[in-house]
Amino acid sequence: MASTLKPEDAKQVEEAVTWALSNGEPLEIVGRASKRALGRPFQAETVLDLSDLSGVIDYEPAELVLTAFPSTPMAEVEKLLAENNQMLAFEPMDLTALLGGTTTVGSLAGALMINSGGPRRIKAGSARDHLLGFEAVSGRAEQFKSGARVVKNVTGYDLPKVICGSYGTLAAVTKIDVKVLPMPEKVYTVLVLGLDAGAAVRAMSAAMNSAHEVSAAAYVPADLSGKSGVSYIKGAGASVTALRIEGFGPSVERRCADLRSELSAFGAVEELHTMNSQSFWREVRDVHYLVTPMPDPVWRISVPPSAGASVGEALSGMDGAAWFSDWAGGLIWLQLPASDDAGAGAVRAAVSAAGGHATLVRAGHEVRAAVPVFHPQPDAIAALSMRLKESFDPKHILNPGRMYAGV
Amino acid sequence: MQMPEPDQSVIGRREEIAAALRAIVPGEGVITETDSMRVYETDGLSAYRQLPMIVVLPETTQQVADILRYCKEAGVKVVPRGAGTGLSGGALPLADGVLLGLGKFNRILEIDFDNRAVVTQPGVTNLGITHAVQDDGFYYAPDPSSQIACSIGGNIAENSGGVHSLKYGLTTNNVLGVEFVTIDGEILRFGGKHLEADGYDFLGLITGSEGLLGVVTEITVRVLRKPSTARAVLVGFPTPEEAGACVAAVIGAGIIPGGMEMMDNPAINAAEDFVHAGYPRDVGALLIVELDGPEVEVDYLIGRVREIAEANGASEVRISESEEERNTFWAGRKAAFPAVGRISPDYICMDGTIPRKQLPEILTRMSAMSKKHNLRVANVFHAGDGNLHPLILFDANKEGELERAEAFGADILTACVELGGVLTGEHGVGIEKRDLMGEMFTEVDLNQQQRVKCAFDPDGLLNPGKVFPQLHRCAELGRMHVSGGQLPFPDIPRF
Ligand SMILES: Cc1cc2nc3c(=O)[nH]c(=O)nc-3n(C[C@H](O)[C@H](O)[C@H](O)COP(=O)(O)OP(=O)(O)OC[C@H]3O[C@@H](n4cnc5c(N)ncnc54)[C@H](O)[C@@H]3O)c2cc1C
Repeated sequence: MASTLKPEDAKQVEEAVTWALSNGEPLEIVGRASKRALGRPFQAETVLDLSDLSGVIDYEPAELVLTAFPSTPMAEVEKLLAENNQMLAFEPMDLTALLGGTTTVGSLAGALMINSGGPRRIKAGSARDHLLGFEAVSGRAEQFKSGARVVKNVTGYDLPKVICGSYGTLAAVTKIDVKVLPMPEKVYTVLVLGLDAGAAVRAMSAAMNSAHEVSAAAYVPADLSGKSGVSYIKGAGASVTALRIEGFGPSVERRCADLRSELSAFGAVEELHTMNSQSFWREVRDVHYLVTPMPDPVWRISVPPSAGASVGEALSGMDGAAWFSDWAGGLIWLQLPASDDAGAGAVRAAVSAAGGHATLVRAGHEVRAAVPVFHPQPDAIAALSMRLKESFDPKHILNPGRMYAGV
Repeated sequence: MQMPEPDQSVIGRREEIAAALRAIVPGEGVITETDSMRVYETDGLSAYRQLPMIVVLPETTQQVADILRYCKEAGVKVVPRGAGTGLSGGALPLADGVLLGLGKFNRILEIDFDNRAVVTQPGVTNLGITHAVQDDGFYYAPDPSSQIACSIGGNIAENSGGVHSLKYGLTTNNVLGVEFVTIDGEILRFGGKHLEADGYDFLGLITGSEGLLGVVTEITVRVLRKPSTARAVLVGFPTPEEAGACVAAVIGAGIIPGGMEMMDNPAINAAEDFVHAGYPRDVGALLIVELDGPEVEVDYLIGRVREIAEANGASEVRISESEEERNTFWAGRKAAFPAVGRISPDYICMDGTIPRKQLPEILTRMSAMSKKHNLRVANVFHAGDGNLHPLILFDANKEGELERAEAFGADILTACVELGGVLTGEHGVGIEKRDLMGEMFTEVDLNQQQRVKCAFDPDGLLNPGKVFPQLHRCAELGRMHVSGGQLPFPDIPRF
């Protein structure tokens, strides 16, 4: 019988893990349960429900730091920050629609545990670049901390980095210090219409290499641009290569004008202003174009940006494939028709050749159980991953197997 | 400073170990003569010196792997070293250890503008990377003041920062990949030219690990397009409080400058005596705010920073009108360390970080400490991110002054932690702050960190005596005591 432990504070989290340890009971750690369908399916009879550890503890805009309990709803964090013209610069994704959910419920810790990183990744980094410190309970049932509430710190190992993206397999996080940054005054987007994948990557590279501080660069091929909710893009009837420029008003206008003229050599250029820009980049961030058909498998592929076109095109040769790219070509979102292995063999071969990795973000339970969800690692790194896991969680109590079988 | 007791049985095997290393690195790559080893006996924390048992200077990754595998089998300690500019004693040799210098790894391997990436060997200097790409309008953003000398490998090990880190991040935010050799002699690669590594973030863990986890033999960094314009504002304030309020107001206005540096009155005067930058001598604090980016943006923000400075009680505001003037504004700040070196026979540079709002408090406490220890202190700091660099002035030839200076430094760092800050913002723990780690971390915290070390180096052969105040054996750290099987918190819902 599945049961749930619902601690109210860090001490109770420690007690829960102590209990699990002494009974040899693995725990599934859940915050707001929006991302349970991510990662490998694994067996845990008991849920460690951290949803009561919620709320912002301390927020000082001038210090650029926010401290909160892990399960604080992302919406609450973002609202509070917006009231102070600040934001989480890593643009945490909202995966609700992609994963088949209905209401947005994601938590702050959830975004960190999957090392979320939206379109601004190319300029500002992902969650791992913004987690400053944390408190947690390890799989040894010990409360510990690492990092601190200041933006510059090199005291001891940078454990916040490894905690980010660990999918709850190392420790149950009970408190978070995260870096925040000013929200841009204006957000414009330069669009180049009708490019093929190769030209799009060249245009994005030219934009990234310019002095205009482009903060995001994405390519949506013609077969997907019609799915956009932004009328300009929906009606384009062509592929869209998009470059985001954000910051202070006068600067944004000038950079946008300069970038338009530089990119006009590639094709017809258009421009989106703040509201439309925000809607468009939210679509890119949340993989809107591949939400349907549900539940066809969706891959998230990280490659060197310059390989974005060749990998994208190689994969689009697969039957029924649809894809678009972000990060100037460095992030490819690929959808394939449902199959036993979600196309893993072909995807991983193409990606490995380019130097990168592929994660199966959406697929049925059986498929995710059968295919490695995360990119398979060389033996020596897999062994190191195991030793790292055991340095935090020697008895494999916390989300065992969620990333790799046996880890 | 207590270092681990040298193992005499290892020292007794010195000839045999040297011979084994010579079989791996032929020619002059293995050094055993005292005179030739002398240059390696200290790093930037020059109060501490120790001759290594043997110096080895490999040229290939395979040699590094063979050296480490041999040392593991032979139970020999290894201290990696880059350029030896570290300020926390991270590269201090051990009497029973091999010093593994990476100076011969001095080539840039690839420049890839399509991916805005440079692949380099670890011995290349920080500035060497910028030099390799600057003709094409690019640069490598993290800029420690030591950038002309320090190695990029050392930057990785220390997660170094600089004036630009406020806007562009520390080393860790600018590294894409490493090739890394473990003490087992395994050659691993984490990350690459793609934007994020997969699996556990080993890249992030290795960065800032102070040579305790393995040896970095190749690095991929991202380079950025150089901003088209940079201008600086020089602002004088009657007191540091007003300067601190101005810094908070600039950030509160949504402005993240390319750099935001502060100096206190003793530092201003030392710098002015040395380089004649034209700093006002009678102010309580000087702020240099640099805005970089597109010209329209810089011009616009300069105006806003001026308004904010004036609203916060600035007694003097100057704006650079030329590149030459901008460089003059910076000249004093950049020369602050040597300037202080001129007014005192010796100084030590501390490196704590505080929440910025605590600036007035830490300065007040520092002047009390200055009286208590009867030593002068001058302050320069990265005001934007609260990273302090108090320079404690002393004379090592005077009986007891070094000890007093160190005690003063420890008091400052302890106060930083008390005020919600940390022991080190960019220089690392090394041996210097090792014994203060307990001020910031509990024993449980430190044991968890050491368990991570055990995952890489179970015999504790890599750079022992650094970072951790107490060394525990991995077997002892791995032991677990599980108590009680009772249901947790029976009074709360369980369903
Ligand atoms: C005048 C001066 C100004 C400075 N200013 C700054 C500043 O503004 N910001 C800042 O952050 N620092 C500053 N520093 C400190 C220092 O320059 C940096 O810490 C630098 O990164 C050290 O690089 P290095 O090559 O000299 O490393 P070393 O001193 O040789 O070594 C430092 C540590 O790194 C390890 N290490 C070195 N190379 C490797 C490798 N390839 N693999 C594994 N481990 C390795 C060593 O074991 C040691 O623990 C300054 C130093 C001086 C002397």
